[in-house]
Amino acid sequence: MRKALPAAIPFLIVTLAMEWLVREGWIKAFLVPPPSAVFRTMIGDAPELFAALAKTSIGALTGFALSAFGGIAIAVFLSSSRAIQRAFYPYAVFFQTVPIIAIAPLLVIWFGYGMRTVVASAFIVSIFPVIANTLDGILSTDPALRDLFRLYGASPSATLWKLRFPAALPQILTGLRIAGGLAVIGAIVGEFIGGQGLGSVVDVARTQQRTDKVFAAVLLASLLGLALFGFINILSRIALRRWHASEQN
Amino acid sequence: MTEAKTAGGVALRLHRIRRAFDDLVVIRDLTLNIDAGEFLAILGPSGCGKSTLLRILAGLLVPDGGTLDVTPTDAERRTAFVFQDAQLLPWRTVLENAALPLELMGVGRAERMARARASLAEVGLAEAESRYPAQLSGGMRMRVSLARALVVQPRLLLLDEPFAALDEITRFRLDVRLRDLWIERGMTVVFVTHSITEAAFLADRAVVLTRKGGGIKLDRRFALPRVRNNELRLSPQLAKEMQNLLDAMEEEA
Repeated sequence: MRKALPAAIPFLIVTLAMEWLVREGWIKAFLVPPPSAVFRTMIGDAPELFAALAKTSIGALTGFALSAFGGIAIAVFLSSSRAIQRAFYPYAVFFQTVPIIAIAPLLVIWFGYGMRTVVASAFIVSIFPVIANTLDGILSTDPALRDLFRLYGASPSATLWKLRFPAALPQILTGLRIAGGLAVIGAIVGEFIGGQGLGSVVDVARTQQRTDKVFAAVLLASLLGLALFGFINILSRIALRRWHASEQN
Repeated sequence: MTEAKTAGGVALRLHRIRRAFDDLVVIRDLTLNIDAGEFLAILGPSGCGKSTLLRILAGLLVPDGGTLDVTPTDAERRTAFVFQDAQLLPWRTVLENAALPLELMGVGRAERMARARASLAEVGLAEAESRYPAQLSGGMRMRVSLARALVVQPRLLLLDEPFAALDEITRFRLDVRLRDLWIERGMTVVFVTHSITEAAFLADRAVVLTRKGGGIKLDRRFALPRVRNNELRLSPQLAKEMQNLLDAMEEEA
């Protein structure tokens, strides 16, 4: 609770300021709704919004899980030799550079309307940070430690799982933190086209000029991203607290 | 050139060893014999090839030319290396770190833990086995590193300025402990250091490398007692040996 307080104070100040600015007419309510209206919409449309949140959560979490496992597996594969890196890494970079909004219609053609398109979109958007961070962590293992493993005749597999992978864990977790937020963005983009979840709610509310509902849906999507971020922080705390400076303060 | 002898340790015969990194020749035509069971200190200015030589002896670097004969052969050699930094795995406990070489060599868990415990006891760290490296002082971390090296019962122990970053008292204690361990085990020790005092106190023989090309400026056997203690540090005999090393080092500086 005490840890959340510093973040809650700016939120409260901005919320109160927005309420005041809209009520006083400094900002038009049809452009930015007063927070009280957003809150009322969240209560009034709760069944619809939370059902949409549940769908978005499933899409984002599935895409994120695929990115996490797939990204780590791809990075381990890429780390096996420089030739493999040169041959395949550019294709991994493709996932970073691809404009998801441009290929989202293609995803619908490939995967149809619904969850599969949402998951694919979340996966494509979030996999690159996992690959890049994991690969960087695996490749930057201390050369002296690598020498130590060589000296005692460690197999490549033992070197990977007993040295390179644990040493890369802080960077892997950083990649997962970034991927968590991106997976939510990817899921929402996928839902714009794939037609479900919070993305669909935002799209429909936009056409009805219901900015209060757009804000309510965006707020829920942000909370989903925060929850995912918090979950990865807990994982990081468990994995690193005994040995890594980032979790020892 | 003297004939290398074999005893409990490993004998090494280097003949015209050369090693370069790109265009930079670090070691040029180095010939050196290290007897089995000998405690040899290697000194020299920065960049003279001390660490490169140590890595060649460990088999971590392949020389570009020359020959390195090791007796006994690879399978029986049991080489251990202690780095300048302790180089522990921070996610493992002290005990797991000490047991690491045995784990990599495929020794069963029960045996490797028992041997790691014994090795930690030898360096006075039996009480710290469940702690993590981040919870240890620099001196303790270095003792874990030493225990990790000793756990394989090495016949050749290579140390690359292992105590350079430690405070003087800790360093003195570890010097004495290392010397005692060498006497107990009869292994061959090659110790790279910048410290003239440490080289003269620890070793039976010191080699000073030339500034360029890893040639030998001075090769000297010390006339000092086998068992060393802190009283020896202030003795005229040690001062005399240090003077010889200092003269050679100054000429190469």
